[in-house]
Amino acid sequence: MNGWQALFYKEILRFWKVGFQTVAAPVITAILYLMIFGHVLEGRVQVYDSISYTAFLLPGLVMMSVLQNAFANSSSSMIQSKVMGNLVFLMLTPLSHRAWFVAYVGSSVVRGLAVGTGVLLATWWFAQPALVAPLWVLVFAILGAGLMGTLGLIAGLWAEKFDQMAAFQNFIIMPMTFLSGVFYSISSLSDFWQRMSHLNPFFYMIDGFRYGFFGVSDTSPWLSLALVASALAVVSAVALYLLRTGYKIRQ
Amino acid sequence: MMGWPGARGCLPRAGRFPGFSIAMPAVSFQHVSKSFPTKRGELHALRDVSLDVEAGEFFGLLGPNGAGKTTLISILAGLSRASSGQVLVHGKNVQSDYQAARRLLGVVPQELVFDPFFNVREALQFQSGYFGIRHNDIWINELLDGLGLADKAGANMRQLSGGMKRRVLIAQALVHKPSVIVLDEPTAGVDVELRQTLWQFISDLNKRLGSTVLLTTHYLEEAEALCGRIAMLKQGQVVALEKTSVLLSRAASNVLRFKTDAALPDDLAAQARVTGRVVQLPASDALAVERILARLRESGVAPEDIEIRKADLEDVFLDLTSAHPKGAQPAEVAP
Repeated sequence: MNGWQALFYKEILRFWKVGFQTVAAPVITAILYLMIFGHVLEGRVQVYDSISYTAFLLPGLVMMSVLQNAFANSSSSMIQSKVMGNLVFLMLTPLSHRAWFVAYVGSSVVRGLAVGTGVLLATWWFAQPALVAPLWVLVFAILGAGLMGTLGLIAGLWAEKFDQMAAFQNFIIMPMTFLSGVFYSISSLSDFWQRMSHLNPFFYMIDGFRYGFFGVSDTSPWLSLALVASALAVVSAVALYLLRTGYKIRQ
Repeated sequence: MMGWPGARGCLPRAGRFPGFSIAMPAVSFQHVSKSFPTKRGELHALRDVSLDVEAGEFFGLLGPNGAGKTTLISILAGLSRASSGQVLVHGKNVQSDYQAARRLLGVVPQELVFDPFFNVREALQFQSGYFGIRHNDIWINELLDGLGLADKAGANMRQLSGGMKRRVLIAQALVHKPSVIVLDEPTAGVDVELRQTLWQFISDLNKRLGSTVLLTTHYLEEAEALCGRIAMLKQGQVVALEKTSVLLSRAASNVLRFKTDAALPDDLAAQARVTGRVVQLPASDALAVERILARLRESGVAPEDIEIRKADLEDVFLDLTSAHPKGAQPAEVAP
């Protein structure tokens, strides 16, 4: 077993041991969103022709859960280890910065996909969106979860206290996910807000993911793919640099 | 007791590493300096520290709080980086060849840290895994037995007492069979019984398996009992680097100790170590004792509870680490 595999497995076991909180809870939250928004807006909002609002909402909720949980996984693991001091056990090992990166981000992708699958299965009863291009769904889920897992890793390295992490989550991650078109199509917005939405990287992740279900999207899935993959490459380079230089963990 | 069934020969003996020269020190600090920027300017935690720890040696690093012991250990372990100079473990640079260096090092951190998600066995299995060791259960069982943790293997780390957590920290440091074991204040805040157990365990590793041990402590009794050689640090500099026996011979052979409420005459006060009512004065022989008592009588000082004791490492330590012995803070001594 290589060192990175041990760390990857440990990171998966870490969230799995508290699976009620890390997997079951976000599934319940997503079901509540679907029930409430679906009930209130079904029949009043028509986003795409021949697609019900609930069916439209479902992929957005799945992807939102994937993204939020991927971020939560790496960020909470890193900040907890830093605050509790047990990060020292990793720092004393020969594990390279690449091994840390693969293990933290890889386990975040696994948790994101686990929660996403859970939300999809649990909400299938409410609506069954067509799955016209499953490969697109998978690619966007993995790239999106990888991007958010990497951002979580960076935030975890940067934050020194739990409230700094909470601020990062509540003031940056939450608004960007909620304003990314999970609950609406951005074509329903005014020009200004449409332009603003195009600056939000989360929009491309949600839109590309939704394209895989309906074959319809607000923007070209290829453009979304290029932007999400580029963003992943940039944040990965940043995270690897921070790990290699021991940013805020090795004095 | 701390037997290691089957452990003999599992750790490589000193000087028997393939490719390692016997003459090569196990740990070599070469002109290591470390400074931190602070609001009040640059803080020099270490100033040009150079010392070698030979393979198989039991080496003590002593110094008062803030002397730089933990900083030096952190640089060795790769937790911190030297501002200048380099550190080698069996010739492997801890920065440029960190993977090889860390495989040779087993570090027991000072803080009682643990991962609350896992039990003792899982913690040890994961730690093995990080070193790329897959099937390590035989060795893990030996460590659990040797450290008296066998019945706690399935217990979550949160449920363990402080002493048990300390034992797990030691097991975690040894899980990859390092040739150099570094213990940063291993017995700080540990009760007398566990301290004795740990001393015995660590001595056993050093004597039977030839492991090199580097120990930082401010319990002088501990260093005196265990370490063959000692370096003393003061304000980031090495102020002594000697065999323990040589260091001890440096001290006045006897110390006169008494209690008094009165002020000492100036000539005696200049050499005295005063802790509250307790006064300690170097007195090499009976004549010196007589002179001191006579001087006290002349000055009207009435000593109580007079005793004469052998000088110990603490006396050397205080001589070396305080420019003016008078009024110096005594070092912490194990109860």
